[in-house]
Amino acid sequence: MSQYQLEIRVKPRPGLLNPEGKAIHHALNSLGWTGVADVRVGKAIYVEIEAANGDAAVEAAEAMCRKILANPVTEDFEVSLLGEMEGAAS
Amino acid sequence: MKVAVVTFPGSNCDYDLYKAIQQVGGHPTFVWHRERGLEGYDAVMLPGGFSYGDYLRAGAIARMSPVMEDVVAYARKGGLVFGVCNGFQILCEAALLPGALVKNATLRFESRDVFLRVEHADTTFTAEYQAGQVLRVPIAHGEGNYEADEDTLERLESEGRVVFRYVDSGGSVTDDANPNGSWHNIAGIRNEQGNVLGMMPHPERAMEPLLGSSDGLPLFTSLVKSLAATGV
Repeated sequence: MSQYQLEIRVKPRPGLLNPEGKAIHHALNSLGWTGVADVRVGKAIYVEIEAANGDAAVEAAEAMCRKILANPVTEDFEVSLLGEMEGAAS
Repeated sequence: MKVAVVTFPGSNCDYDLYKAIQQVGGHPTFVWHRERGLEGYDAVMLPGGFSYGDYLRAGAIARMSPVMEDVVAYARKGGLVFGVCNGFQILCEAALLPGALVKNATLRFESRDVFLRVEHADTTFTAEYQAGQVLRVPIAHGEGNYEADEDTLERLESEGRVVFRYVDSGGSVTDDANPNGSWHNIAGIRNEQGNVLGMMPHPERAMEPLLGSSDGLPLFTSLVKSLAATGV
């Protein structure tokens, strides 16, 4: 078993109103970035998972997203394997 | 009427609900989220508040509490389940009700009285109202913006499952009367079978004229009467 670092990105579904993104968009516009066409805010969750290999770690993270980390009504998710932690292997 | 009021870390309208149940002659019991077993209760209610600090998403972590397995089973067997505010959010997260409640379009926490229209008085929860009746009830939420896909919205509307809608004082559905950006001004919905109701506004805080409104009272008397009709 090794320990893997993963990044989970939970993203608002396109087309759904994203009030936070809208407020930031407005702020960017008023700071002079008038070319910003759209802003949407999601979240990133960093997890460390013990697993037999990287694929198994990604699979576990995806199962977590389906169960609790993302709401299928309003959010999509993406999982990236960042790397294996050094010295954590057993 | 024996009612389980399920409490989570961060529930804060649990005593309001408790008192409202007592006011109509019911017998409330607090059930902590780690407890199991809801046998013997005539109804289960999920109060408002900020369970788990609204971390991740409002209601997302509370939904995974041990007692929620029993709430889901209780609802599936046809038991009466009522969720207010955070309780509504938890019911949506638990998929006992469709859709999701996201951040208010205003980006503000909205704490004030609103007007609601009773869309359907033929439910267990609204039998003591008249269809079309306009109520004054407080809201207090940051994430009450009801979202669902087009198919779900169409089903909710065609099956008459939108029970409460935000309206102006005259009973008209307008954008100005919508405090949070909810699709179709939706304030409360029921499930297909009619035994689960969730709503963002707080009828349990509108129980006495002294507190500004008693328009929430008929919701609780509706429950008592329909249970009495079934022999409880």
